[in-house]
Amino acid sequence: MHAYVQDKPSPELKPPVTQVGAIGWARNNLFNGWFNSILTILTLLLLWKVVPPFFEWAFLDSVWTTTHQGCKEATGACWSIIYRNFRFIIFGFYPYEQHWRPLLAMLILIGLLFYSRDRTHWNKYLGYGWILGLAFMGVLMRGGILGLEHVESTQWGGLPLTLLLSVFGLTAAYPLGVILSLGRQSKLPALKLLCVLYIELIRGVPLISLLFMSSIIFPLFLPEGVTFNKILRAQVAIILFTGAYIAEVVRGGLQAMSRGQYEAAESLGLNYYLTMRLVILPQALKIVIPPTVSILISAFKDTSLVVIIALWDLLKTTQSVLSNPEWMGFSREAYLFIAILYFLGCFSMSNYSRKLERELSRKD
Amino acid sequence: MNKAVANSRETQSPDDAMIDFIDVHKWFGDFHVLRGINLTIRKQERIVICGPSGSGKSTLIRCINRLEEHQRGRIIVDGIEMTNNIKNIEKVRAEVGMVFQHFNLFPHLTILENLTLGPLWVRKVPKAEAEDAAMHYLEKVHIAEQAQKYPGQLSGGQQQRVAIARSLSMNPKVMLFDEPTSALDPEMIKEVLDVMIELAQEGMTMIVVTHEMGFAKSVAHGVLFMDYGQIVEGNTPEEFFKNPQHERTKLFLSQILH
Repeated sequence: MHAYVQDKPSPELKPPVTQVGAIGWARNNLFNGWFNSILTILTLLLLWKVVPPFFEWAFLDSVWTTTHQGCKEATGACWSIIYRNFRFIIFGFYPYEQHWRPLLAMLILIGLLFYSRDRTHWNKYLGYGWILGLAFMGVLMRGGILGLEHVESTQWGGLPLTLLLSVFGLTAAYPLGVILSLGRQSKLPALKLLCVLYIELIRGVPLISLLFMSSIIFPLFLPEGVTFNKILRAQVAIILFTGAYIAEVVRGGLQAMSRGQYEAAESLGLNYYLTMRLVILPQALKIVIPPTVSILISAFKDTSLVVIIALWDLLKTTQSVLSNPEWMGFSREAYLFIAILYFLGCFSMSNYSRKLERELSRKD
Repeated sequence: MNKAVANSRETQSPDDAMIDFIDVHKWFGDFHVLRGINLTIRKQERIVICGPSGSGKSTLIRCINRLEEHQRGRIIVDGIEMTNNIKNIEKVRAEVGMVFQHFNLFPHLTILENLTLGPLWVRKVPKAEAEDAAMHYLEKVHIAEQAQKYPGQLSGGQQQRVAIARSLSMNPKVMLFDEPTSALDPEMIKEVLDVMIELAQEGMTMIVVTHEMGFAKSVAHGVLFMDYGQIVEGNTPEEFFKNPQHERTKLFLSQILH
C-alpha cells in the first residue's frame, strides 16, 4: 500500500469557473457533447423561425376591438372576436342583465379555491365557509329567492358550467375513488366483487357513451313525468367515470404500503377505519399525487365532452360564436383563447400538486 | 414459567396467567408452522424465545395479538380468548405492545405524533395529557430531544427505541419483541438492549424473540428453544445454557455461541 497522508487540513477551494454560473450552466445543459450542441442550435433556429412571425400575428398586426368588418381587413389576429362576444362565450344563454350573478359565483369559487391552497388554513371554519359559499353560489345561479329572478338550469352555460362540472366532478370523484379502492382491497368477497365490477365496467366504456346513457337511456327508466336535471345527470356521469380511474391509482398507492405499517397500526389497537385514515391513506395518497392529478386534469378537460348532450359549456358557446356568419373564419383566435383558459386551469392544478408534494416530502 | 406446565395440560393454569396457549396449531397453507404449543406465561415473567429461522417463534408471538390467526387450540390473553371477535382483538391489542424487527414507525408523523396516535384515538386521552405521557416515555428511552423529528431522520437504534416508547405509551400489560435487534448495526444493538433491560427491571411482562443470549442471561426468567413448530426445550437461563438437554438445543447453542 502506498498512500500520501495529509496531516494538515487542506484549504477549501472554489469549484472551477467552467462548472458554475451562467457559463457552467450552458456547458452542462446546452452544449454537453456534440449531439446536444446540435440539438441546441436546431432548437434555436426553430424558435427564430416560429416566434417572431407568431408575435407579429398575435400582437403587432392584430386588431382587438374592431367589428367583424375591421377583422376582415386586418392581416394579423382578430382578437375582436373575443372582445365582441366575450359575454356570450363566458356566460352562454344566461340572461344578459343577470351576468353579475354567475360572475360573482365564480369569483367566490376562485377565492375559496385560492384560500384553500394553503394547508394551514384547513380547519372546520374553512369547511363551513365552503358549505356556505356553495349554497350561496347555488342561490346566485338559480335565483328564485331573495328577489333574484329565477334562471332555469337549461340557460346555464359557458365558463360557470365548465367550472361547476369540474369542481363538483373532481371533489366528488376523489372520495368515491378512495372508497372504491378500499372496497377492492376488502376481505369481504361480495364488496370486493362489487367494486371490481364497477371499476372494470366503467373503465370499459368511453365517457361519451356514459354521457349518452345518462341523457338518453337513463330517462327511459324513469316513470312518466319524472325528469332529472340534465346538468345533474352529466355531473353524475363525470363523477362515476372519474371515480373509477382514481380508484385504480389509489390502489397502486395502497399496494406500495408495507405490511408492517398495517401491523404497527393494528398492534396499537387501531381499528380498520382508524388504521386507514391515520396511517395508510395519508401515506398512500401522498405517493399517488402525480398520477391522481393527471386524472383530475384530464377529467377537467373531458368536461368539454358534455357538448354532445347539448350542454352549453365553454367550448360549445365558443363554437356557436364561430358558426355566426359574421365571425366565421376566426376560429384560430377563438380556440386559442379557450386553450388559454383551459391551460390556466390545468396549470394551476399541476402547480398546486407540485407544491403539495414539496410540502409533504419535506417531512421525510 | 413452569416446565411442567409447558409440557402438559394436566395442571390448571395459575391465577396470575397472563398468556395461555392450549394445544395451539397453525398452518401456512400446507406448512404446519405451530404444532401443538402449550405455554403459560405469568404476569411479570420475562421469556426469551430462540430457535433457528422458520421454527415458528415469530409466528408464536404474532398469534398473541392475532397478527396471525391460529387454526386449532386456544389462546387466552389476560382472560380474553382470541377468536374472530374483532372487539376482543382490538381490546387485547391495546393491552399488548409489540416491537418489530423493522421498527415500523409511521414515517409521515413526527416522533411525538407516533407516540400519541394510539392514546389519542384508541384510549381517547386528551391531547395535552397524551403529549405529556409521550414525552415521559421518550425520556425513558433517552430520546426526548428528537420528539419533533420524523422517523426518517433518526438512526436505526433511535427508531427502535422510539418504537418501544410508542408501545409503552399505550401502557401495555405485556410487551412482545419480535427480533428487535436483528435489523440493527452492531453499534446500535446495545442502546436498544439497555432500554429493554431497564424495562425488564421495572417488572414488565416481556416475551422476546431474540438471539441475544446476553440479554437472556441477564434478565429472562425462562428461555424457550423452538424448532419445527414445537417448543423443544424450556428452562431457566442458567440451566438452559449450562446444561441443554436436547441434541437440537446443543447444536443450536454451539452455532450461535462461538
